[in-house]
Amino acid sequence: MSPRKAFDEARLMLVGLLILIWTLIPIYHLFVMSITPQAEAFAGAVWPKTPTLDNYTTVLTQGHYFLGHFWLQLFNSAMVAVAVAVLTLVIGTCASFAISRLRVRIGETVSNLALLTYLIPAAFLAIPMYATMGQYGLLGSRWSLILTMVTFASPYAIWMLRQYADKLPYELDEAARIDGASPIQIFWLIYLPLMMPSMVAIGTYALLLAWNEYLYAFLLLSSDTEITLAVALGHFLSTDDAPWNLLMATGIIYALPPAAIYYAFRRYMVAGLTAGAVKS
Amino acid sequence: MVSLAQDVAPSSRSGRLSAEATWGLIMLLPYIAIFLTFVLYPVGYGLYLGTEVKAYQRIFDDPIFLRTLANTVIFLGLAVNLKLMLALLLSGFFVHERRWIRWLSFIFILPWAIPSIPTILSFRWMLNAEWGMINSLIFQFTFQDGPGWLLDRVYGLGSIITIHIWKYLPFWTLILVAARLTISKDLYESADVDGASGLQKFLYITFPGVRNMYITSTLLSTIWTLGDFNSIYLLTGGGPADSTQVLATLGIRYAFGMSEVRAGVATIIVALPFMVPIVVLMVKRLRGEDR
Repeated sequence: MSPRKAFDEARLMLVGLLILIWTLIPIYHLFVMSITPQAEAFAGAVWPKTPTLDNYTTVLTQGHYFLGHFWLQLFNSAMVAVAVAVLTLVIGTCASFAISRLRVRIGETVSNLALLTYLIPAAFLAIPMYATMGQYGLLGSRWSLILTMVTFASPYAIWMLRQYADKLPYELDEAARIDGASPIQIFWLIYLPLMMPSMVAIGTYALLLAWNEYLYAFLLLSSDTEITLAVALGHFLSTDDAPWNLLMATGIIYALPPAAIYYAFRRYMVAGLTAGAVKS
Repeated sequence: MVSLAQDVAPSSRSGRLSAEATWGLIMLLPYIAIFLTFVLYPVGYGLYLGTEVKAYQRIFDDPIFLRTLANTVIFLGLAVNLKLMLALLLSGFFVHERRWIRWLSFIFILPWAIPSIPTILSFRWMLNAEWGMINSLIFQFTFQDGPGWLLDRVYGLGSIITIHIWKYLPFWTLILVAARLTISKDLYESADVDGASGLQKFLYITFPGVRNMYITSTLLSTIWTLGDFNSIYLLTGGGPADSTQVLATLGIRYAFGMSEVRAGVATIIVALPFMVPIVVLMVKRLRGEDR
């Protein structure tokens, strides 16, 4: 290796090191706090004197006032996320099939409206959405959160699935029609199997969006038995002497499922993301 | 192929809908129902709530609101541009083909892949003036007390912008890496033959190649950053004394913290003259180059 090349390589590694440190600092701190005993929680130490897993035991046994319904809230998060993913996929695949393959007349209009909705920041709709849910009598129910998150996830789902659907060869549909297949048969036997990879990406997207949601969860849900874990984490901030070590341990448990799901389906996600982005 | 498909596609010329058109409408219905009940109605209701002139007088008389407007402009200007410039720089790093860079990109995506609540709260405790890790380190090395990171408007906004960039930088870097990869390698090779410098290659090959994507990213990121609620609410809660609020958080504070729903809606509507043109432009960009 020439000195010039070695220098370039070293410079590259230095940048890499900086990126690594920058990325890991808040995550490292999250982890350190989660293994810090209560007595040392206010020490601001880079590494605790007596690291412990007690915080995790406390969380898993619901052994603190803030964690009285930990398992139920974890279940609520999972239930909401799965429901949002399933409903978004049903709505997204049906709509994209109608727009791209059946070429319904109002398809373009619906597609444009979906794109428009996708671009509105969700936080901007919070106040009227809360009022609307009140009028529908859904406030406080997990369904209000599920329906809200489906509303925000399905425009992206329709837009992305439609881009994939447009790339499938139309000869397939035509051949099936000539053989006398009904639209439903084409949807079920041809469309769905071919769309599987992009459906995995969209399902993951909707699942993570719902699992991670904080604002709407804390506005729409109130009782300790209905809220998701995200809201429960926020509740820790309601007192000045919050048990930050327990909060951080709960936070890590809360962050693990979405991280695992993201890395499991990363291949699909990255492909979907960049396909959508590079087009524009 | 497309024209063939259109020939086969259903038409309602015969007066009644074909089976395909009927099925098409049925399959669109779930989304149309969601759109009408949970988008169109709330938006309409929100705009109706926003018709009261008194609400605008009330917020424009409020010094907190005026400071919030300034904060929003600062937040957008710095967070969006710093984030995307960094993303453009880092995308140049991540296009290098090394195995360790592939592994690093796995870790680099973490902030975006995991939920923001635990990481923002972690950052919040880390910045705690009395008990946080940062000030404790500052004290160990300098024997001076560090600043009250979240107890001051300037430091507070700086911290908010930092955590926002931390969270969203990976996403935009990924997008710009994809844009860079569409540039032909031949261009760089012939530039090398001609003896072009790194800066020249960036200015004459890379930037023109990713410019479109960069502009699209800036527009999209502006809209989404305007709607970033978590970075502010979970880090400073808009404090101290409402000095780090942005429009998205102040709207919620008026409506739910102070039970002034119309003032809350008015706060959001004030952002629309700025936001709607960007949204319309984005719809055109995303659709136009789509076909």
